[in-house]
This record gives sequence, C-alpha cells and structure tokens, in this order.
Amino acid sequence: MLKTFKIGGVHPAENKFSADKAIEKLALPKSVFIPVAQHIGAPAQALVKKGDQVKVGQIIAQAGGFVSANIHSSVSGTVKKVDLATDASGYPKQGIFIDVEGDEWEDTIITDDKLIEKFDTDSKTIIDKINAAGIVGLGGATFPTHVKLMPPPGSKAEMLIINGVECEPYLTADHRLMLEKGQEILVGTRILMAALGVNKAYIGIENNKKDAIGRLKELTASESSIEIVPLKVKYPQGGEKQLIKAVTGREVPSGALPIAVGAVVSNVGTAFAVYEAVQKNKPLIERVVTVTGKSVSKPSNFMVRVGTPVNELIDAAGGLPEDTGKVISGGPMMGKAIASLDVPVTKGTSGILIMPDQDAKRKTSQNCIRCGRCVTVCPMGLEPFLLMTVSERQIWDRAESDCIMDCIECGSCSFTCPADRPLLDYIRLGKGKVGQIIRSRKK
Amino acid sequence: MTIVYTIVSLSAIGTLAAVILYFVAQKFKVYEDPRIDDVEKALPGANCGGCGFAGCRAFAESCVKASDLSDLFCPVGGNDCMTGVADILGMEAVVQTPKVAVVRCNGGCDQRPKTNQFDGASSCAVAASLYSGETGCQYGCLSHGDCVTACDFDAIHMNPETGLPEVIDDKCVACGACVDACPKNLIELRKKAPKDRKIYVSCRNEDKGGVAKKSCSVACIGCSKCFKVCPFDAITMANNLAYIDADKCKLCRKCVVECPTNAIVELNFPPRKPKTDLPPKPAAKTVEKAAAPKESATDSQTENNETK
Amino acid sequence: MSKLLTISPSPHVHTSESVNKIMYRVILALVPALVWSVFMFGLDAVRVTLLAVVACMGFEYLIQRFMMKEEPKITDGSAALTGILLAFNVPASIPSWIIIIGALVAVGVGKLSFGGLGNNPFNPALVGRVFLLISFPVQMTSWPVGIHAQTDAVTTATPLAILKEGVKAGQPIADLMHKLPSSIDLLYGNIAGSMGEISAALLILGFAYMLWKQVITWHIPVFVLGTIFMFQGGLFLLNPYKFIEPVFHLLTGGAMLGAIYMATDMVTSPMTHKGQFVYALGIGVITVLIRNFGAYPEGISFAILIMNGFTPLINVYLKPKRFGGKN
Repeated sequence: MLKTFKIGGVHPAENKFSADKAIEKLALPKSVFIPVAQHIGAPAQALVKKGDQVKVGQIIAQAGGFVSANIHSSVSGTVKKVDLATDASGYPKQGIFIDVEGDEWEDTIITDDKLIEKFDTDSKTIIDKINAAGIVGLGGATFPTHVKLMPPPGSKAEMLIINGVECEPYLTADHRLMLEKGQEILVGTRILMAALGVNKAYIGIENNKKDAIGRLKELTASESSIEIVPLKVKYPQGGEKQLIKAVTGREVPSGALPIAVGAVVSNVGTAFAVYEAVQKNKPLIERVVTVTGKSVSKPSNFMVRVGTPVNELIDAAGGLPEDTGKVISGGPMMGKAIASLDVPVTKGTSGILIMPDQDAKRKTSQNCIRCGRCVTVCPMGLEPFLLMTVSERQIWDRAESDCIMDCIECGSCSFTCPADRPLLDYIRLGKGKVGQIIRSRKK
Repeated sequence: MTIVYTIVSLSAIGTLAAVILYFVAQKFKVYEDPRIDDVEKALPGANCGGCGFAGCRAFAESCVKASDLSDLFCPVGGNDCMTGVADILGMEAVVQTPKVAVVRCNGGCDQRPKTNQFDGASSCAVAASLYSGETGCQYGCLSHGDCVTACDFDAIHMNPETGLPEVIDDKCVACGACVDACPKNLIELRKKAPKDRKIYVSCRNEDKGGVAKKSCSVACIGCSKCFKVCPFDAITMANNLAYIDADKCKLCRKCVVECPTNAIVELNFPPRKPKTDLPPKPAAKTVEKAAAPKESATDSQTENNETK
Repeated sequence: MSKLLTISPSPHVHTSESVNKIMYRVILALVPALVWSVFMFGLDAVRVTLLAVVACMGFEYLIQRFMMKEEPKITDGSAALTGILLAFNVPASIPSWIIIIGALVAVGVGKLSFGGLGNNPFNPALVGRVFLLISFPVQMTSWPVGIHAQTDAVTTATPLAILKEGVKAGQPIADLMHKLPSSIDLLYGNIAGSMGEISAALLILGFAYMLWKQVITWHIPVFVLGTIFMFQGGLFLLNPYKFIEPVFHLLTGGAMLGAIYMATDMVTSPMTHKGQFVYALGIGVITVLIRNFGAYPEGISFAILIMNGFTPLINVYLKPKRFGGKN
C-alpha cells in the first residue's frame, strides 16, 4: 500500500509526453530579460546600468531584504537597459536587458561535470553560499531557500523532505533531473541536511516515475539517512502540506509553516541547484524547463538560462503549433497563462505548456448543483462552493471564518466542478481581500 | 364541558405568556434616542452605503451622536435631505456641492486593440488580480462591468460598442459604490456643473507617452500641453498623466482643443463654432516636470516623447 | 502573431464530467426499472412516463423563456429526470391530466420558483408527487394490477397497504404473511405499486451503474437503507407480533427508489459524508415511523422532503474536516 495524503485530491490525465526525453542544453539566446523579482519577497536591487559588461554568473541585482534573493547574469554581454517589461505575471516588471556576446563565465565557477561529493559541513558556510547564489524554491513557489534553512527561534527542524513528486500533469523537468542528476541531487540533499542539522531525509516520488524511484533507491542503497518514499499518484501531492502528510503522517496546523511539525521541504531542482552552488560555486542561472503540449511536435526538456524568451524554447521544441490557443508558464493546474511569447524564463518556470484551441477555452459555467464534489476533492478540507459564493458577494468575514486563507490554490475544485464554475477564480480573489483585511487588522 | 376547559386553559396560558413577555420586555429594554427614528425617516432609505456607514440606520445613529454634521453627508439625499436631518437635530447643515461619477477611460475597442482574450470569471476584480488586462494598457477599463453590478441605482451601463461603462447623470447619486468596485480606480466622483457639463482627462495611463500611445490611441501621453494652456491652474501633471481639478476648472474648453490624443473629454456642451478665432495662447508657464517636452508641433509630439 | 492567445486563471484543464452527463447517467440508470414497468403495466407506463417527461421539459421551457426571461436550459437533462422520477412515483393508471398538473407543480413550484436547477431546497419530483398524493388521494392510491395478472380485478393494494390495513385491524403479523408477496416477488418486482418502485433488483442494478460511473457515492443509499433495516429490525425484535421483519420494508414501497434516486439528489442533500449520514439517518427513522405508526402506509417521500428541509442546516453545522484543523 503506497502512501498518500488523506483528504481530497484529483486525478487529471497525466500526459507526460516528454518523460523519456533527455535534458538538452538550449542554445544561447541573442538577448535576455532578467526580471529583478523572480522570487517571493522583496525585489532585488539592480547593481548594473546601461552599457555595463557582465559575465555569466556575475551578480547583477542584490537581494532587497532578508526574504529576497540575489540575481545573477545568466549570459555574458552588455547591459542594454534596465527597464520595465511584461513577465509571466502579466504585469510590467523591472528587469535587466542583456545583449548576449560570447559565453564567458566568472572564474570562480567550476564548469565541468565531475561529481564532487566532499563538502564543508558547517551550516553557516553552506547557508551563506546558498544565499549568495540566489537559490529559491524551484518547484514554482520560488521562496528563497536560505530563509527556509534558518528556522525561526523556538522551532527545530527534524527532517528534510525532498519533493520529487511533480504531480502537475505534463511536466517532466524534475523527473528527468532525478534520472540524470541523481548523484548530484543526493549530494545536494546531504548539503541541505547538514545546513539544517538533521540526520533524516525523505525523497517523496510519485509512483508514475518508477525509473526515477529505482535509480535513486539504487544510489541510496547503502545509506540509511536518506529514504526514498514512493507515493500513490494523486494531485496535489506536490503541495508542501500534502507531501508532509503523505510522507510522515503529520498534519501542518492551519496557518502554520511546515517547520511547526519539524519538516523542511525542498524541491529536487532546488537540491540540484544547492549542489551546484556549494560544490561548483555556480549561482542559480539556469534551470530545467519542460516544453510540451498535445500538438507540440517535439516535447522536450531543456536546460535553459534564466531570462531566455519563451519563444526560443518553443522554437527549439518544433515551433508554435498552428492550433495554439493558450500558452502556459508552469503546469496546467497551477501555471499562469501568458499573453506574449516574449516573456522570459525565470527561476520559477518549470514548464511551458502549449494548449490547442479546443482545450484553451472554458465551457460556460452553469448553476451550482451542490453535488459536493469540490468539497470531496479539496485537499485542505474546505468548501469551495461556499467560498466562491461568499467571495462573489464580498462577505469577507464569512470567508475568513470558513478558512479561505487555508486554500492552497491547487485548482482541484475548479478542475472537478461538473457545472464548470470558476470556483478558484473567486476564491483566489477572496483570499487576496481577506489577506489584506487580516494584515490591516494587525497594524 | 370540554369547551369550558378549553377556554379556561387557553386563557390561562395566554395570561401567563403575557405576564412573562411583559417582564422580559422590561428587563431587556434598551433605551434608544427617538431622534434616530426621525432622522432615519428623513433619509432616502436606499441603504446603499454611500455615506460610509452600513445602511441608513447606522448613518442616522452617527448623525444623532455627532457633535456637528461636517463629516456626515448622504450623497443620495443631497443637501435637501441633510438640511432636514439638521433641522431634526437642531444643528447646522453643511452644504456640499452635488457630485456625479465619471469614468476615466476612453479606450474603446477601436482605440485600444486587444492583445489577448480573457476567458475567466467575468469579473473585473478577478481579471485584475490575474494580470494587466486584455489590452496593452494596464491602467484601462477591463470591461467586465463590476461597476454596473455595484450600482444600486441603475445609473451605469456598459456600452456594447465601446465596451466601456457609461454613467447616466440623472440617475447617479454619487454613492461611490462603483468607485470602490473598480479595481483599476477609473471612476471618480466629480463636482456637478450646470447642465451636466463636464471636462475631464479620460485616461489613467501612467506609462511614458510612447508606451501609452502604442497601446491606446486616446491615451494621455503626459505632454503637458493642457497644463500649459489652462488659464486657471486647474490642471496638474503627475506620473505622465494630466488631472483636471473640478473645483478649479471653469469649463473653458481650451485644454480639449489642445490635447493631441483627444484624451480630454468634453460632455454636454453645445457644438463648437468653427475654429477661426481661438483666443491666443497664454505665455508659456514654467514647467515643473523636467520630462515635459518643449512646445512643438502636435505631430512630432509623440515621437518626441517616445525617445525619452 | 495574428491569433490572440487566451488568458484565464488556473487551472487550465478540466474534468470531462458535466452536469448534463450526470443527469443523463442517472436517467440511464433508471432505464431498466422503466422497461420493467412497461412489461408490468403495458402501454400505460409508456403514456405516463412520456407525458411526465414532455410536460416537465415543456413547462421548464415555457417558464424559463416567458416568465424568467432567460435562455431555456432544458437540454441539461434535469427536467427530463424530474419527469421520469415523477412518473415512477405515481400509479400507472393515473389520468393524464393529473400527471400534467404534477409536472407543473414539480417544475414550476418545486424547482423554478426558487431560481432553477441548483437552487431548489426540495426534490422537485417529490414536491410534485406529494402534491398529487394530498390533492388526488383516490387516483394516487388506486394501483392497477399488472397486465399479466390472472385476475379480473382492476385495482389491487400494495404490500404496504395490505400490511397497514391488517395491523390496523389488529391482526398479528404471522396471519398477514400469506397475504403478502414473497421476498422473491418483492425483489424482482411482481407486486403492485408505483410505476418505478416495484422492482428492487433493477433499481439496485441502476445503483451499481451509478456507483461505477461515480455519479453518486454509496453513502446516502446505504445509510438510508441501513437505518431502515436497523430501526425496523429493532422494532421487530421488540414485538414480532406487531412489527414485520425489516427486509420486507427494504424491498417494498419506495424504499429503494427513494434511497437510491431521490435522497441522493445532489441539490437537496448535504455536501459532507458526515452530513449525509445525519440526513440519511433522519430519512430512515422518519420512514419507519410513518410506515409503522403514521396514517399513510408509505412515508419515504415525506421523510425525504422533511430531511431536504434540514439540509441547509446540516451543511452549516457539519463542516468537512479541515486539513490541519482542530476537529
């Protein structure tokens, strides 16, 4: 009996077309746009100006606070301008435009592929290196990793959970990374364990990635501190709270962080980035991005420099199909639809999903028939039908008392609604409003 | 015999209940100022919340409690209503000029081409929380009609041709519900002028002139021409955007002619005479904004701005 | 790019389930029982069913089009389903004009006066049925004999009615047993009764289909039937002379039809399994009470309607278990 989380969950069609495509290095783009806000928290402050020469790995924007992350140049060349441009969020954001000239790396970075296993186990050194490298959670939430590694006073991490679930349909970036960079991920895991001072780590992987489970089990056969946990396939298992529940059986209390039950969760991509930062001095300047879709001629996994425009990735995957109706940055359940193909790949971009016309449009929404399916599938035990109604009618106190802030925006409710109601649209809106109200009350 | 029992027992129950009710009513009696009822009767009873209180009753309570009426105003009832309230309370009414809602976006479908199609819940709030909008302009109207839904007085409607909301001045009571509903903050309550005449900058685009012009042909490009031509200092420039102060504006319409993008709108004016004898332009005022371009021909204006 | 890309909030994929599919699957699940009623009652069954469906859909169309001034939504299948369920709940010999009145009350009063599909507090088909039962008690309780019956009688009594009469007359259950049909007859439906309720086995077949297609969950039907079984079983153990054994009550009357198809109506049943348990418990208890102690021989339609009324309350008080919550 495989482990999984208890309440709710859905089973969208997996459609993992690119699961057997090895990660390719994408050719360098002609120019990049690197937003200074690629993470949760304060935007970074640009350190370069128009006309500056930069190298690969050079810091170009300094973290704008504790919860923030450094931004490094992913290419070498000349800074064209520091200006606004639309990113995947749909709003114009500050960023740095760089014209690519050659591929000259910072001298401190080790560029070969040789595995380095030994590392300095001092927690402070590791966290400083991770902080300097601008590493954020690569699962999509982009929370700065160094913040996670420093639990607030009074709480103690007991275990590290590495998230290799990749429960989003279509995406295969983490899957390929686990297959191809298993050893590096394990070193990264050990580094993270040392940083946290824990001696137990679990790697949770859904059972639809049997080859990755087999590969990592083989690599950790002689190691008792790292345990590979195969999980039953169910969305949203990759949600932090759901993963902790599935792996350990512990339930993060409402409104609390995972550290409240002694767990720290990190993505496999993050573990790999940590390995590269600590062992190779390489900041976070590239990541694996899945480019896929039903009508894409060559679904692929690319190693992409941050800042590369999305259309370069699509061209490399066989070009934009004729019947494209929607392009999504991220997976189909939680990704954001983008309006322009010029938006850049950022640290949080796990995939580019191209949806054909017939899948792009929603069906007309009908009356709620109170079937309760949204309640059944909600992994947080909420009542989406109710939260949507109170948000639509702006009854914010009721929304708050019905735990709207617990919503993880996984989209299971909208996915499953037989009446095609825009449940999550309104819940997200209500969550934003209630969040504002709570913050203003605290002041 | 049964009927006697019935009458007796029912009467006994009735008497008992009456006694209990009487004592309970005494016990839980709450003193309420009778003037609250009087004030409430004087109010329109629309319960729209335009005064900032949760309905007419709450407003009436505040009026009775307040030491003067300077901060309290019922926009629906207007000055007449407030005079009535003031009479009841023996206070001085503060006369306020009537206001009307004005939608400050002029970018219809023809002026502001779409760059994508929105397919979510039909709500401005949802669309605004997701991204910048269907057009290149991130400040403009989203056309989903949250203001129409918010209006209790049937005073605002979507124009199907332009996709923009339009206010019916006679119905608008300036309660401010649409102002709060608009996530782009496009709607403003402006002073009502005689014959409902209005002059305002129908744009909220804070982008630089070139960017704004590219996404919408009737955007304010922040050229400051209106600012310079205004003889009454009613126009201020901020963030590449002109704003006309309704209190200072004398409705002379000079700025309307001057605007290169027709972002300044005049409403309910008689048609203009042919433009033969326009008054001479006043001497150029000192421009506070460094970015404001020099006075130049209208045609080169946009290019000029774009390079900046 | 010439074509504009679509932007919508996540999620960007959707299940293939829809309201229409749910409705049509329930209708499909009712087909075996319908076929059986045609076999038992002949063309009368076809007449009543067709009339109920057409009348329900027609009234829905007219009311939505001309009174509510909205786009008619009769294709969603809910009106057709209401029609079938209404037909299943009346005797096959019912006059045509009565069934049309029933359809008007079911759709017009039971459903559309509250705002249409999803807003009705009570099951529309049951509103129609109960209205007819109270207004036309004679026509609604004269049960035709099956077309294959070897008798000259035109009408007969349902097993529940026989039981009720007998118990009222003070006869012990054991004496009544020979008048009542055997469990086998009850199971496959060789008894008198409303059109759709007679064959327990075929209704269970439809239940299995709906479970397989995940139209409904097992909770409500099992809880309802379980409650009837337990409660009646308790009474039987207390006094076997006065109360009949519980399986009889599960297989007769509208117990199966009500528990499987009416109590599970999504609109009028609670959302959470906890709530569904309370709701089903109420239905079961009220049904047994009415059947044993009430004036009517059958009580499940009243029981369902009463518990429908409690559904909003149940939804307010029995919340799902929150993740990371205290309860």
